[in-house]
Amino acid sequence: MSARDREVEHDTHLDLLSWLLRQMIRIRRFEEKCAELYSATKIRGFLHLCIGEEAVAVGVVGALDAHDAIVSTYREHGHALARGVPMESIMAEMFGRATGCSGGRGGSMHLFDASRRFYGGNAIVAGGLPVAVGLALADHLTGDKAVTACLFGDGAFAEGEFHESANLAALWHLPVLFCCENNRYAMGTALAREHAETDLTARAAAYGMVAWSVDGMDVLAVREATDRALAYVRSSGQPCFLELRTYRFRSHSMYDPDRYRDKAEIEHWKQSDPIPALASRLVSEGLMTAAEVEEWLAEIESEVATEIDEAVAVAEAAPLEPVEDLTRFVTTAAGDPVRRTS
Amino acid sequence: MSRRTATADRAREQATEKATGKTTGKTTGKVPPTVETTYREAMRAAHREALLRDPRVFLMGEDVGRYGGSFAVSLGLLEEFGEERIRDTPLSESAFTGAGVGAAMRGLRPIVEIMTVNFSLLALDQILDNAATLRHMSGGQLSVPLVIRMTTGAGRQLAAQHSHSLEGWYASIPGLRVLAPATLEDARGMLWPALEDPDPVLIFEHGSLYNLSGTLPVEPTPVDIERAAVRRPGTDVTLIAYAGGLGKALAAADLLAAEGISAEVVDLRVLRPLDDATIIGSVSRTHRAVVVDEAWRSGSLAAEVTARIVEQAFYELDAPVERVCAAEVPIPYPHHLEEAALPQPEGIAAAARRAVGEHG
Ligand SMILES: Cc1ncc(C[n+]2csc(CCOP(=O)(O)OP(=O)(O)O)c2C)c(N)n1
Ligand SMILES: [Mg+2]
Repeated sequence: MSARDREVEHDTHLDLLSWLLRQMIRIRRFEEKCAELYSATKIRGFLHLCIGEEAVAVGVVGALDAHDAIVSTYREHGHALARGVPMESIMAEMFGRATGCSGGRGGSMHLFDASRRFYGGNAIVAGGLPVAVGLALADHLTGDKAVTACLFGDGAFAEGEFHESANLAALWHLPVLFCCENNRYAMGTALAREHAETDLTARAAAYGMVAWSVDGMDVLAVREATDRALAYVRSSGQPCFLELRTYRFRSHSMYDPDRYRDKAEIEHWKQSDPIPALASRLVSEGLMTAAEVEEWLAEIESEVATEIDEAVAVAEAAPLEPVEDLTRFVTTAAGDPVRRTS
Repeated sequence: MSRRTATADRAREQATEKATGKTTGKTTGKVPPTVETTYREAMRAAHREALLRDPRVFLMGEDVGRYGGSFAVSLGLLEEFGEERIRDTPLSESAFTGAGVGAAMRGLRPIVEIMTVNFSLLALDQILDNAATLRHMSGGQLSVPLVIRMTTGAGRQLAAQHSHSLEGWYASIPGLRVLAPATLEDARGMLWPALEDPDPVLIFEHGSLYNLSGTLPVEPTPVDIERAAVRRPGTDVTLIAYAGGLGKALAAADLLAAEGISAEVVDLRVLRPLDDATIIGSVSRTHRAVVVDEAWRSGSLAAEVTARIVEQAFYELDAPVERVCAAEVPIPYPHHLEEAALPQPEGIAAAARRAVGEHG
């Protein structure tokens, strides 16, 4: 490898790390702001934060092509932000405003952006998985090379819909990337209390799928595994399963008093917080000095704070959907655009 | 998927010929040529036509391919269209119905066949929370042009888990269109407009209708999926029915005619959105109504139709609206009990006599 090649590789690597770091910080701060706005009763309904799990959102979603599809859950702010859904439109959705990414009709759990192939935002645990299989089936039938990534939890793994969908995708050779965010809890039920066999990767492999488990607190590991999985799905046309072992630092939702786990356990997992982990890696890999990293983090924090403040201001000023439009889009009315949502 | 090869008209013609055997060759005068056919064959012809006309159309469900469809609707289609477009699925109602939602969202036109309405409950979440909901909840960003077909109804001694009429439940869900073809014309003609609908459409095929036989024009006449139909005009009382109930209502009208009572028979055809205009129009002419429904009375479609008549035509009524529904029991196996549980022509006629007699 020439010196020039090494330089390019070094720059590419640094670009990737800086994107990953910036996106994780955006998600973290965005969600902290949401929690604050929730307490101030500006945001209502259910609010599920992914704080602690940002490496999964950023590592998986960042690896996808713009042409790939994403089917997500109610804990999807991170996925949407990493996908490039504008923060303003997500915040407006939290506020239930007409300018929100779902026109204000979905709220926190139902972020949609068809133009970015972001298909929600499904609050029925595992309810999005069959839809993901169908998106992939359409691509298979039309010869489209897109991959459909679906993200879901360890709790969803216990639902019949996961097992039906995994079997169908494997049976029909469909390009689905199953991404199981194993944060060890389904609400208050710990993994070992919900699964007779807690090795989810082995169980997924039993469907005849390639299945790997990954350290979901290590954003680079997530990114590399996703890159590898996507390459496999694209070349083979077969589904693949990734188990991303992660942990949520906050309660299940804003309603949850978090009585079912030890504080010590939470503190233990916070030791592997993906954001400081990546920052120190920049130093240990010799990419930056500690002082440079600190300066750079401060810069990111300040830019992110500005972006969030603006998103909140814009959301607060945004209009509500007129009540006359209540029944609009229940079915397609004459004159409504009918989109091929691809 | 193959490109469209034939013109739409020719495709339709071929579809009918292939599915129904020969034409009868009655070509004299202005009468269009007709074919002898059955409800099952008409459904099959509709599928062939759709598959030939539009490369985006495909059929999936349990045993639709090799087996030929649990009610033989799709018999022969696998051989003609291949495994990609006639897809046998595993026993996974939720996954393949949801896959239909996803494929429809991506621009295809899937037809999902569910063997029986009772089994559709395993896919209810996909039908309600995804198919019917995604368009509205996404602020109009997504469309789900999906067709789901399933059998419904009793009368074949299949006992409680294969005999219920749950279409009324689905008819209460905003975002869905719900159809119930009860004639050969509708069996032949409803599928194509259902596929053209940009929103999800459920088609309920009453299990006792598949062997219904008669003649159809070789060149199928287009049907709408908007309106109810007056199947028999009359002046004294309106019998409102759908699916398996239509034949019974027509039989009741025959009984009544012999007694000098002229019954008008309205076939709902479209269970959602209900065609109030045709219902109210008929009741406003006859001033009496009997609603026939093979589902349980409580919270039924019959209850909904009755409420609309009372809301919109109260002052037109000369008698209380009568309902003839299934007994509120799980439909039993033995013939005599099953018959007793279901609306029958004699019971419908009796209800009509009450309406006409007491208040005539
Ligand atoms: C079908 C269904 N059952 C129950 C719920 C209530 N519920 C919401 S989230 C949740 C836990 C899901 O856990 P998991 O899949 O691990 O995802 P996580 O919340 O940990 O991200 C439950 C039980 C639901 N929304 N849908
Ligand atoms: Mg979980």
